[in-house]
Amino acid sequence: MTDLAPTPTSAAAFVDDTYVAPRGVVATSMRFLRRQPVGAIGMVIVVVFGFCGLFADWLAPYSPTSNDFAAMTEPPSWAHWLGTDQLGRDILSRILFGARTAFIVGITSAVVGGFSGLVLGVGSAYFGGRIDLILQRILDIVMSFPLIIMALAVVSIFGTGIHNVIVAITIPLIPRCSRVVRSSALAIREVPYVDAARALGYGHSRIILNHMVPNVVAPFLIMLTSFVGQAILAEASLSYLGLGVQEPVAAWGLMLQGGAEEYASTAPWIAVFPGLAIMLTVFGINLFGDSLRDVLDPKMRER
Amino acid sequence: MHVAMRAAIGGAAAILGVGAAAVAAETPKRGGTLVYMIPSDAPPSLDGHRETTFATIHTAAPFYSVLMRINPDNPSSTNDFVCDLCTEMPKPADDGKTWTFKIRDGVKFHDGSPLTAADVGATWQAIIFPAQGTLSPRSANFMMVDKVEAPDASTVVFKLKYPTSAFLPALADPYGWIYEKKILDKDPHWYEKNVMGSGPFKFAGYETGQSIKGERNPDYYVKDRPYLDGFTGIFASKQATRIDALRADRASIEFRGLPPSARDELVNELGDKITVQDSDWNCGSVVTINEKVKPFDDVRVRRALTLAIDRWGGVPALSKIADVKTVGSIVFPGDPMAPNKDELTTIAGFWTDIEKSRAEAKRLLKEAGQENLTFEMLNRDVDQPYKYVGIWAVDQWSKIGVKVTQRVLPTGPWFEAERTGNFTVDLQANCHSIVNPLIDVQPYLPTSVSEQNYGNYEDPVEMDLYNKTLHETDPQKQHEAMFHFAKHVMDTQAHKLMMAWWYRIVPYRSYVKGWKISPSHYINQDLATIWLDK
Amino acid sequence: MLTFPTLLGAATLVFILMRLIPGDICLVRLGSGGTSFTAQALDACHAEIGIGRPWIVQYLEFLWGAVRFDFGTSMWSGKPVIAEIATRFPVSLEVAVLATVIAVSIAIPLGTISALKQNTWIDLLVRTVSIAGIASPSFWLGIMSILFVLDITQAITGHPWMPSIDYVPLWKDPIRNLSIVMLPALTVGYRYAAVSMRMTRSAMLEVLREDYIRTARAKGLLEKIIINRHALKNALLPVVTVIGIEFAFLIGGLVVTEQVFNLNGIGRLMVLSVQNQDYTLTQGLVILIVTIAVVSNLVVDLFYAWLDPRIRLS
Repeated sequence: MTDLAPTPTSAAAFVDDTYVAPRGVVATSMRFLRRQPVGAIGMVIVVVFGFCGLFADWLAPYSPTSNDFAAMTEPPSWAHWLGTDQLGRDILSRILFGARTAFIVGITSAVVGGFSGLVLGVGSAYFGGRIDLILQRILDIVMSFPLIIMALAVVSIFGTGIHNVIVAITIPLIPRCSRVVRSSALAIREVPYVDAARALGYGHSRIILNHMVPNVVAPFLIMLTSFVGQAILAEASLSYLGLGVQEPVAAWGLMLQGGAEEYASTAPWIAVFPGLAIMLTVFGINLFGDSLRDVLDPKMRER
Repeated sequence: MHVAMRAAIGGAAAILGVGAAAVAAETPKRGGTLVYMIPSDAPPSLDGHRETTFATIHTAAPFYSVLMRINPDNPSSTNDFVCDLCTEMPKPADDGKTWTFKIRDGVKFHDGSPLTAADVGATWQAIIFPAQGTLSPRSANFMMVDKVEAPDASTVVFKLKYPTSAFLPALADPYGWIYEKKILDKDPHWYEKNVMGSGPFKFAGYETGQSIKGERNPDYYVKDRPYLDGFTGIFASKQATRIDALRADRASIEFRGLPPSARDELVNELGDKITVQDSDWNCGSVVTINEKVKPFDDVRVRRALTLAIDRWGGVPALSKIADVKTVGSIVFPGDPMAPNKDELTTIAGFWTDIEKSRAEAKRLLKEAGQENLTFEMLNRDVDQPYKYVGIWAVDQWSKIGVKVTQRVLPTGPWFEAERTGNFTVDLQANCHSIVNPLIDVQPYLPTSVSEQNYGNYEDPVEMDLYNKTLHETDPQKQHEAMFHFAKHVMDTQAHKLMMAWWYRIVPYRSYVKGWKISPSHYINQDLATIWLDK
Repeated sequence: MLTFPTLLGAATLVFILMRLIPGDICLVRLGSGGTSFTAQALDACHAEIGIGRPWIVQYLEFLWGAVRFDFGTSMWSGKPVIAEIATRFPVSLEVAVLATVIAVSIAIPLGTISALKQNTWIDLLVRTVSIAGIASPSFWLGIMSILFVLDITQAITGHPWMPSIDYVPLWKDPIRNLSIVMLPALTVGYRYAAVSMRMTRSAMLEVLREDYIRTARAKGLLEKIIINRHALKNALLPVVTVIGIEFAFLIGGLVVTEQVFNLNGIGRLMVLSVQNQDYTLTQGLVILIVTIAVVSNLVVDLFYAWLDPRIRLS
């Protein structure tokens, strides 16, 4: 990690260097893999689970939802590699399909929350004045509001289910993202070239898209990655409280709720494997995110 | 694993046999404090007259006496009524319209004031005819009562509008705690936050949402009772906490009931240190169909849904993981009015050949043009047994090609959805404290008769069948009448899909003696008979 | 002054959210027993609680009360909201303080070492352990730790042991109290330490590259002095922010942990009050939590000013 290229002097230069340069995604990834072996491990974990989720239909040996009363709480065996749960459902199949649910929840929440935050943050910073003030106050409210009450209310009003879980998880992500984006964007706003662009009569959207957005991309991407992990964990916690995805959908958090706790000492495989799946995935995402930060944040670069 | 589980269940049964025999043989020991768990969060108040949750009973019942009740030594009986504060179970006079109770002498409230018929009269007056601004959710059970009088210090008289066999079971209400008249007169809301009774235990402390404590009442009117020096009830809403606490002996018992997995775990780990009592529970899991919603107005669709469910195959398996066990009709299994197995297997969905049943279901759906039926089932956000029965039902319906998803709601929104008809199919529970089939099936009567029936249908034929059953006095003929009624509700019209009866399993530390299980977790909770063999 | 609109906004938000939930407290109260109830009983309950009154009246009443620190009585228990909260507050506060102490005493030394020994096996180990802490669901750690204690004690003594489930306040029985609170504080503290450790490490790395540290090193100052006097103090800035925010979150944020360990705290009360649709109690709780969040932000700002004289309080 010490053989990195000379440190770019500004975020803008760096971002251009990595993301806009026509080096291609593959080449960039390869460079990342070579220089951040730890991050690469994280990426591999994430890709493997993502692959499982995508191709669960082909990979899963059994249906994730069908009950088999002849095979209840069976320990891992050749027929059921990870055992079966109390309803005789194959745990491996449920974990594979659960990966899909996890990534749907994680990525949707992160992307929707992240992009809403990006738009609000950049907009707030760019327009400033009253718009900024009002937006920040609203975000303050959302940020200080107890999340659990928000989540409980959303679920009580709309009912449980994957869409409402995503809503409950996404809402608190918006102000957090917008905060960070806004402060990065504010720093750029004062830079002379933005004034120059304005003086030249460029439109708002052009200035925002061409000058401000690229400058906040680095912190934004880092945050987006960590949001995916946080959303997967949040889904698990909500499920534990009975507010998550509903049975019989296969979801890791749901697999840990109720039954897993009940059987934790008599049939530990019911609880251990989905727990491991969550831990590994979020672990991988965080490893990847950390390395991404090392690469993207010029201040964090090693000398 | 299978072998292990079966061994555990067998072991539990063996232990139960020993335990039951031991109760009769041993002489009770005095002393000790019973620590038990209450599987809920804090009840809204300590006032039994106004609450409906068992949490209020499990919290405060040991502080109170009642007029009469189901025999605590024979709690599984449905009609063994005995006196608590009265001296002798009365014979009705005036063609069954006047019931006169004599009250025990020398009973004292915990504050030292004597308990007289005036207190009993005032209590029942408050329950049956609540004053403006006070809540009495069970007052409707006493529609037959004309007035309550206390002509002298030891006599209470109930005058009925008409004679009925529903009166005594209603009066045995486990919430009918006798309060002090002078307190009720001063402030009808006093008992919500305070305790003043004449029961076996005196109030010793209450931490909201945390614990309730009681100490022995030395002036209790039953000689040598209670055996315990005191008790601590701890609120523990998470099941895992309760199982762990039993395992580590931080608590000795939880009276409501735990699922089979908990029983197996505890028996496996602790062997004969755990005793298990179990019983059919007067609660049934029932699917209600909203017949205002198409295509569920079509009886063929409703019958197909009940025909798809393999009760004989599924419920025994389900009973290993959920607190349900018995396949039965809408009448409490074991009651003389309940259909026998031959009768039961003639009802749709209870046939012994599930393939034939499902073929018929598919045929009916095809005939109704609903081969691709999909719907959303409303369910309550409670694990046992709602969630398990729900998962099972969804899987069963998939076998006839019906795709079902679940909408799970917390208690408040769930009731609101039911009441406003904002659902198509709903997994409910029908629970009662004292077994009384004639009253218990009332929630299945047409909507205009029973406001608790959320099925939104009218059915005069059903009403005729019910009235015939209600007024039949010959037991054999009443059994037959009830069967015709049940078959109409469950098969001919398929208004209600009876899924399974709940099963109450109470595993506890073997040193706890003197407590007997009943089909209701509401009754027999005053702890007066319990003692510790330590 | 900026806190006022936040409080008002949060108050309005909770007021509306609670009333959008279908059903009401009377349905929960009458129905939660599983037995059926009559419309008559429902009406009586509604009349008693005053649920039918116009929203605007209820809203103004709530605001007027909140200004005077009077949140009314809980619709569920009839007790004052303040009293309901006061019963639960000490438990949550205790776990939060203990978890913070645990987290800080682990995170700052380990984070600093990790930064100083960057890319050595120590750094890798510390980072792996801390990322694992962030990656595991906290309720899961809780469940596992209870089982672990039960199994270990059973293996050693033959009798499974767990802490008492009957909570006592610290001043009444410190040993029993600590035995109850320790496990939850440890599980919460682990995740919390993981977050703070990462923050300490990256802040430290950043500071170590600053010119003045390099100058100090060039001047041959002792490494210990450089670290303690110059680097750590500056690196603590962002760490303090994280600790402040986390601490505020812990009060009322330990919903899941309080469930797992059967602690009668603020987090569980929040879940209960929303599930019971107890408008007044939920409103009081939200005002409390938002106030704590706002105040802890203020404290963090003050601390900043103390650590870094360049920042002036405006």
